[in-house]
Amino acid sequence: MTIATAATAAYIVAALFFIRALAGLSRHESARLGNTYGMLGMAVALVATIALTIDDGIDVPAFALLVAAIAVGALIGLNRARAVEMTAMPELIALLHSFVGLAAVLVGWSGYLHVERHPGGTEAAALAREDMLGIHSAEVFIGVFIGAVTLTGSVVAFGKLSGKMKSAPLMLPGKNLLNVGALVVFAALTVVFVVEPQAWALVAVTAVALLLGWHLVASIGGGDMPVVVSMLNSYSGWAAAASGFLLGNDLLIIVGALVGSSGAYLSAIMCKAMNRSFLSVIAGGFGLEAPAASGGEQGRHREITAEETAEALAGASSVIITPGYGMAVAQAQGPVADLTARLRDHGVQVRFGIHPVAGRLPGHMNVLLAEAKVPYDLVLEMDEINDDFGTADVVLVIGANDIVNPAAEEDPTSPIAGMPVLEVWNAQQVVVFKRSMATGYAGVQNPLFFRDNTQMLFGDAKERVTDILQALKHLTPTREKAGTRS
Amino acid sequence: MIIGVRKEDPPGERRVAATPDTVTQLQKLGYEVVVESDAGAGSGFTDDRYEAAGAAIGDADAADVVLCVGPPERLDALRPGATLIGLLSPRFKPELVEELAKRPITALSLDAVPRISRAQSMDVLSSMANIAGYRAVIEAAHEFGRFFTGQVTAAGKVPPAKVLVAGAGVAGLAAIGAASSLGAIVRATDPRPEVADQVRSLGGDYLAVAEPEADDAPDTGYAKEMSDDYNVRAAALYADQCRDVDIIVTTALIPGRPAPTLITAEMVATMRPGSVIVDMAAANGGNVEGTVPGERVVTPNGVVILGYTDLAGRLPAQASQLYGTNLVNLIRLMTPERNGVLVLDFDDVVQRSMTVVREGELAWPPPPVAVSAAPAAVQPAPEVVADTPSRTANPVVRRVGVAVAAAAMFGLIALSPAALQVHLTVFALAIVIGYYVIGNVHHALHTPLMSVTNAISGIIVVGALVQISSGNAAITVLSLAAILLASINVFGGFAVTRRMLAMFIRS
Repeated sequence: MTIATAATAAYIVAALFFIRALAGLSRHESARLGNTYGMLGMAVALVATIALTIDDGIDVPAFALLVAAIAVGALIGLNRARAVEMTAMPELIALLHSFVGLAAVLVGWSGYLHVERHPGGTEAAALAREDMLGIHSAEVFIGVFIGAVTLTGSVVAFGKLSGKMKSAPLMLPGKNLLNVGALVVFAALTVVFVVEPQAWALVAVTAVALLLGWHLVASIGGGDMPVVVSMLNSYSGWAAAASGFLLGNDLLIIVGALVGSSGAYLSAIMCKAMNRSFLSVIAGGFGLEAPAASGGEQGRHREITAEETAEALAGASSVIITPGYGMAVAQAQGPVADLTARLRDHGVQVRFGIHPVAGRLPGHMNVLLAEAKVPYDLVLEMDEINDDFGTADVVLVIGANDIVNPAAEEDPTSPIAGMPVLEVWNAQQVVVFKRSMATGYAGVQNPLFFRDNTQMLFGDAKERVTDILQALKHLTPTREKAGTRS
Repeated sequence: MIIGVRKEDPPGERRVAATPDTVTQLQKLGYEVVVESDAGAGSGFTDDRYEAAGAAIGDADAADVVLCVGPPERLDALRPGATLIGLLSPRFKPELVEELAKRPITALSLDAVPRISRAQSMDVLSSMANIAGYRAVIEAAHEFGRFFTGQVTAAGKVPPAKVLVAGAGVAGLAAIGAASSLGAIVRATDPRPEVADQVRSLGGDYLAVAEPEADDAPDTGYAKEMSDDYNVRAAALYADQCRDVDIIVTTALIPGRPAPTLITAEMVATMRPGSVIVDMAAANGGNVEGTVPGERVVTPNGVVILGYTDLAGRLPAQASQLYGTNLVNLIRLMTPERNGVLVLDFDDVVQRSMTVVREGELAWPPPPVAVSAAPAAVQPAPEVVADTPSRTANPVVRRVGVAVAAAAMFGLIALSPAALQVHLTVFALAIVIGYYVIGNVHHALHTPLMSVTNAISGIIVVGALVQISSGNAAITVLSLAAILLASINVFGGFAVTRRMLAMFIRS
């Protein structure tokens, strides 16, 4: 057993640990154990690789720098992880994607400097013997390309999610042509680089990829961000896999493939939840066809006060809450959790219905509610709860619009026709929390607001929920008082 | 503006146009409310309760807006420019319409609300019919000398009562619901076959007369007069049922016409003694031969025919409450600014339809409103070009596509050097594993999934670590940068995942 074979063995063990980590996320109960397995796998892989580095005869200053880099990175990472607000998770995740992308670019460039820069060198000669030199060049190229697209794409996504850039889609003329053109340039440059590895080609492809990544995400609107973030998740995986091919490292390939397919799977779920194809999301937002349909029969909406809502909730036996991104914006999850706890104390069944694209990240609403201490077994997915709306007395729609729009089912001309939606209108009473009568992300008018069983509660969601809580305190005495009375 | 709530003039009218609850709601719309003394006495609402709700007790007729149930006897008491809102029955009382138009007032009739879904919350006929249907069954049960429900007792077996409800409109459905919840066997007839499901949902059996005929007349949401042919077949059905049932409740009304006669004197004669008929159409001539409006009649063979016309008023508290809420909804519609100023909007079809007189000008009859009770009447939309490509592609195309993809992959891998093939094998298998493992991830854990994949994609640190010892200064710098970035991912990703997962708690 040499250090090299030991390292290979360690890599396989690490890869299995990573698969176990992802498998652990299938249930809440095993999720924490899964995360531990992931850390274990990473520790095994790091130790093995560092041993391999030492075996390669790394000098002391370089080793010291290596340890220092890991330590600094760890410090930054742990710090960010501790400080981040749960509402800011999408930004953090986008930022982390960009790091993987940048790392892949750097690894690719290192690979070029290591091999192709010295065509007469030992490394190049060794690869040429196995007929792998051209393949290596292609791998460098692909790695740098994917990495650079991930890098700028994630940076733009981060900018849009954190509000540092405006989230409206950028509409350059012939934007699809630009994207396809960038791919064509990439293919042509790859051929050039494989035939004659030149630094300028690598610089050019890095620039093209950086621009493509920027343009790709800049031209997608804020509401499509769940798809974009999971798409970038996928890209960061493929970038890692490309690096694995470049270095001939199976662990990188396996992990890259796992992450890549994970992101792709999430993107597919999101697209299905919006009844749109992946390509149509990439090709641009809803804005194009919406105006024609946004007029139409509107009707009259009815308002309700927080006190009346509290009365309705106190008299209900089953309540379903359907939150959307607006809840996160208003930071209303805390009061919503208090409301849930209070109603449950009084024997009201409270559940949450989560649409797959609610929020800015797959599963975002679940994390926000979990942070606010809403038990996860009350939080159900669209398919699990859609049939139960008919038996609910009150549905609270908090900061959601398109995902509860009956037009998706009833109006075949609507831009969102066919999109699966939460069928809140089947409930006895629907209370919609909204800042104004403005349309949602898709720019489509929502006929739900004009239904007979719908009432609007205007204002900031957090304040309104707090008002309801106040009113509820008068209506339903706390349990201690109830105990003395009975 | 001041809203006045009248005490009703006819001694038999026990309803009132506002309850203490609706007074509160009217005040929220910006109005002051004056209630005539003892206005709510018939419904059990004392003056004290109105005062507690914020109303003043005084002369209602002098108010800007006068709310009533039936029309006032002395119209002269109304102020010029006042608005009168109540059940004015302009279709049946042309002389009242004439009287109203002589005065500089505005008059709205709640029984003229069009049957469109937006106006449902003000549809007094529906809310009163609902109460009347319930009360009709209660009146019948009071007259009927037996149980409604079947029982087996020590003293012998009691068969359940059989109830026939003619007409499954709002009143009919309420009667079906009330009778079946008392335990009776309930049957119902209606010329509109689409109500069959509603009848069944309330526990009744729907008796179809025959196939319905096609009609071209604009649908007003109410039943229409049926053809002779249909009536012959319906008569046969009723004749059959009369011999079998114990209770009949008839609710057939056609707006603006005398009620159709469904049950003839001969049919009544075939009924068993002690049977009860409640003719809810008595005020409009009755569905039963022998009905006397407002009276209880006993036929020679011992059948009781109740022709009460005040069935809704016999549940005064309930009726006042629903009527008052209908009025509040109307006034809310007419107070767009919520500032206590009533605005009559003639462009609104609901308000237009209800207006009998506007500022002294006759506005009756209003233009007809065609409504569609059935949503099917909406024109099918022209073919929509979906921007999503169809997912269910032609199976042949699909198979060819799979074959091409497989061949392309085969060619690509076959041409690859042996060293690459090994990696491609690993890559392909890892994608498949990834797909299935990720497919099992709980939907609620998708955010932790993303952060944990963030962490493990930091595995790219391994690549940078391998490169660092190449001895080239530039490579070392690039690698160190990559190591730093990847480390942020590894540690940050795992730590934030841990933090998130710790938040998920079970109840």
